[in-house]
Amino acid sequence: MRSIGYLLTHYDVLGAFGVNLQLTAWSVLFSLVLGIILVLLRICPVRSLRLFATGFVNLFQNLPLTIVMVFLLLGAFVQLRFQFSSNFSTNFFWFAVTGLSLYTSAFVCESIRSGINTVPLGQAEAARSLGLGFFQSATLVILPQAVRGSVAPLGNTLIALLKNSTVASAAAVSTETSSLMNTMIQYNASSIVSVFLIFALGYVILIIPIGLLTTWLSNKLAVRR
Amino acid sequence: MPFQSVSLRSLGRSARRRIVSAVLALVCVAGSVMASACGNEDVQVTGPRIRIGVKFDQPGLSVDNGGQFSGFDIDVARYVANKLGYSPSQIQFKEAPSAQREALLQNGSVNMVIGTYSITQDRKSVVDFAGPYFVAGQDLLIRRSDRSKITGPRSLAGRKVCSVSGSTSATTVKKYFPRSVQLMELSGYAECVTALVSGAVDAVTTDDIILATLASAKGDHSLMVVGHPFTKETYGIGVRKDSPHLVAKINEALREMIASGEWKRDLDAATKGTGFTPNKKWNPPTRMDAAVSDERVRF
Repeated sequence: MRSIGYLLTHYDVLGAFGVNLQLTAWSVLFSLVLGIILVLLRICPVRSLRLFATGFVNLFQNLPLTIVMVFLLLGAFVQLRFQFSSNFSTNFFWFAVTGLSLYTSAFVCESIRSGINTVPLGQAEAARSLGLGFFQSATLVILPQAVRGSVAPLGNTLIALLKNSTVASAAAVSTETSSLMNTMIQYNASSIVSVFLIFALGYVILIIPIGLLTTWLSNKLAVRR
Repeated sequence: MPFQSVSLRSLGRSARRRIVSAVLALVCVAGSVMASACGNEDVQVTGPRIRIGVKFDQPGLSVDNGGQFSGFDIDVARYVANKLGYSPSQIQFKEAPSAQREALLQNGSVNMVIGTYSITQDRKSVVDFAGPYFVAGQDLLIRRSDRSKITGPRSLAGRKVCSVSGSTSATTVKKYFPRSVQLMELSGYAECVTALVSGAVDAVTTDDIILATLASAKGDHSLMVVGHPFTKETYGIGVRKDSPHLVAKINEALREMIASGEWKRDLDAATKGTGFTPNKKWNPPTRMDAAVSDERVRF
């Protein structure tokens, strides 16, 4: 039996959590941008764009993340030889961010769309009667209210994203937490419970504040009607 | 969505107390798991079936083809089970992934684990080992067309290598291979072979016997094992801690298997077509002393 102290000093646990946080941060950025584009497409007046966005969202919401990652790695990198960088760790990091962003953007889109449903129809009608076009009414009137109404589901999506970042190991990112956990178990078979506790507590410590913060924000930002 | 129902303002003393008690509960659960693993009686295999933990995804060693198991580890498992008095139909193979082998033995889900299970000092403190039944060494699998260029880890400088995430082989690459070697860590060796064939990496590294069976499963002689193992891994049969009688019986069966020539026939069948011969100095193992692996690297 090895103590938790031994495990923490012999393995770079903080560094591994750092990698997961970096993956999450980049994926938040890209999935928010992509998610907002998708939600604009889903509510736009052009039918073919709506269909495209609906198809994209349904595809990525229903594909397991592991499969997205493995497809990117074995399909795009190994078979088609597409690469972000000739440096392996940079390359795999961005593959993982790509996979996480594509997957999460579908959920971001649906979260914001649920926020749009909280905006009364009169708001859109008022925007139109002021002479605003689709893009103006969407970005100036509808989306600002919709995002304020979708903080709670977006927070849940963020929590899911942070936990999903461990799937980056399927895209060969070997410095993140689940890979480190595997290595630690491999060499410290007698201390599986301690290894488990370290990572379980690590995630609990990271995720509880996110939950509290988004709940607080969603109350503070909600449009009172 | 439990987090959404807790607002920051309402997180008063009672909520904090609740969180503390939840963490304590988690620790208690963990504690009881550890306590339950500390039986003292000598474990015997009894009952109408024997449960053997094996890998399901190592072609040539142990692979599951829709309920039909085959490979060298499976042959060893069947031989040992037979000597313990179980016919092949009484064997129940269960999947034992690397990270779960000790837990499966400790909680009694399996009676023994036969799955490229290297004997190490740390593992010996939680499970008992019979064997070794094979002594492997970490080696390189390369494309046959590269055989004049890649002769060992030193010649890999500036090249790309694949291994399984979290494995001891991956650690060896990080610690001892030239700094300029780039490592790709995937979830299984089959994926690594795909990357090797496509040219995404130049070598796959793990124990020689696994590499030889992977090359054999590829079937077209396009891959080969370099043949200079640089670590020493003793494969044992893991059983529950404090089972000296069971260990003695298994060792007896392994000695018979080697003496009768069955061991060599099964190994040749598993590595057919690769020209692989196990390191003669170590194989077949002569002393069933559960010697620990020597993971010092000698290029």
